[in-house]
Amino acid sequence: MEKLIDIQHLSKSFGTHEVLKDINFSVDKGEVVCIIGSSGSGKSTLLRCINLLEKPSGGQIIYKGENILDNRHDICTYRTKLGMVFQQFNLFNNHNALSNCMVGQMKVLKRSREEAQRVAMKYLQVVGMEQYINAKPKQLSGGQKQRVAIARALSMEPDVMLFDEPTSALDPEMVGEVLKVMKKLAKSGLTMLVVTHEMGFAKEVSDRVVFMDKGVIAEEGPPEQIFNNPQQERTREFLNRT
Amino acid sequence: MSYDWIIKIVSDNWPMFIRGAVMTLYISIIGTIVGSIIGLLVGVVRSAPVPEHGVKRVLFKVVNAIFAMYIEFFRGTPMIVQAMVIYYGSALAFGIDMNRTFAALFIVSINTGAYMAEIVRGGIISVDKGQFEAAYATGMNHMQTMANVVLPQVIRNILPATGNEFVINIKDTSVLNVISVSELYFQTKSIAGNNFRYFESFFVACILYFIMTFTVTRILRFIERKIDGPENYIIYANQMQVATPEDMVARTKSANQY
Repeated sequence: MEKLIDIQHLSKSFGTHEVLKDINFSVDKGEVVCIIGSSGSGKSTLLRCINLLEKPSGGQIIYKGENILDNRHDICTYRTKLGMVFQQFNLFNNHNALSNCMVGQMKVLKRSREEAQRVAMKYLQVVGMEQYINAKPKQLSGGQKQRVAIARALSMEPDVMLFDEPTSALDPEMVGEVLKVMKKLAKSGLTMLVVTHEMGFAKEVSDRVVFMDKGVIAEEGPPEQIFNNPQQERTREFLNRT
Repeated sequence: MSYDWIIKIVSDNWPMFIRGAVMTLYISIIGTIVGSIIGLLVGVVRSAPVPEHGVKRVLFKVVNAIFAMYIEFFRGTPMIVQAMVIYYGSALAFGIDMNRTFAALFIVSINTGAYMAEIVRGGIISVDKGQFEAAYATGMNHMQTMANVVLPQVIRNILPATGNEFVINIKDTSVLNVISVSELYFQTKSIAGNNFRYFESFFVACILYFIMTFTVTRILRFIERKIDGPENYIIYANQMQVATPEDMVARTKSANQY
């Protein structure tokens, strides 16, 4: 299996507070990895370190054999290979749904307007938001916004999608529509790294589950192992609580 | 107060009033626009992330220090004094014979620029951090993020403050009478100096100033509402529910704007 992202000895501190300690893990091509763990365990920080929204304090991130923490590496080009979906959606407020999906393609990937529009429409259909292409973010519900945000990330045609608690800011009745889209994507063979509190989702779609606790990876393995037969005491405790 | 006098003053001197009002509007419009551009540039630079090392970092700090001095100086001194210093000062100290109107435009622009720089900086800070992060995550650099995502939102958000500056400029151009710019106050002073009817003459000026400021605020409010658009989205209003992507591409090609 080809390693897409390989993280070695990654650490991150905010001041004296160590959020991530010596993280080692990798994501293979086509794999769906869910990261679970309680709040403050460093799950989101790990995800944000991977696309350099947070600058790691130490360690290496190897993407397709290249260390992207190397100073000479072009961060912007690397980021286009990672699609990011945020907890708070973060749709561009000044763009409508369609141009949210087009602006990155046109300005960063330098695609033509026609090409960008074709790609954007394709992915807006995947998430079922093709009826809302002219809607501004403020006119959409939370679930709709998140689906457009997923389409925006997909429109860049990234190698891997990063989801940072995509359903945590949603009303319960909107969680379903977003999870449905994500399940569809997982089945299509897309490489996905998902930070989530949705245990049912993690159990159903992931190839591998990573349990984080206090800034370290406490346990990782196939979902059957983590959910049915956890090896670590901490994992068991966490799963009992949820 | 005598209505006869007001009518007489208006009918005798309306070309002077109009010329004064036009001059006032001209200076304040150009001053606000140029000042806003200066403010945008300075505000964007001042809120940019500091480069991590090397020559760029030093240069950035120097430029920022210069901008800080500019803002502090022009906000911290009265425009009437600036007008005297710039207009007479440049003539006496450097022998530059500045055109009065140009001097007026220059003073108002640079003064507005100092205020707008801080307004813009505040506007940039108030844009949600998530907007920056989403843009960076899409692969945009800082300039692209600013141009495509942040500044359009900043401009919308600072419109009320810009309108404020515009109204202030309309009123404050009156201090430029000290360098004999023939704006509305200067014209009114000349008219009153001829007829000795200070109250009636300035009452007319008062009304003219109010008409100008009131119109400007109404127009800006209208623009704000236009930008904001409707609160709700009606699916069937765009008539596209059953279209294929190909159809939509063809149809939205002209309608889509950014």
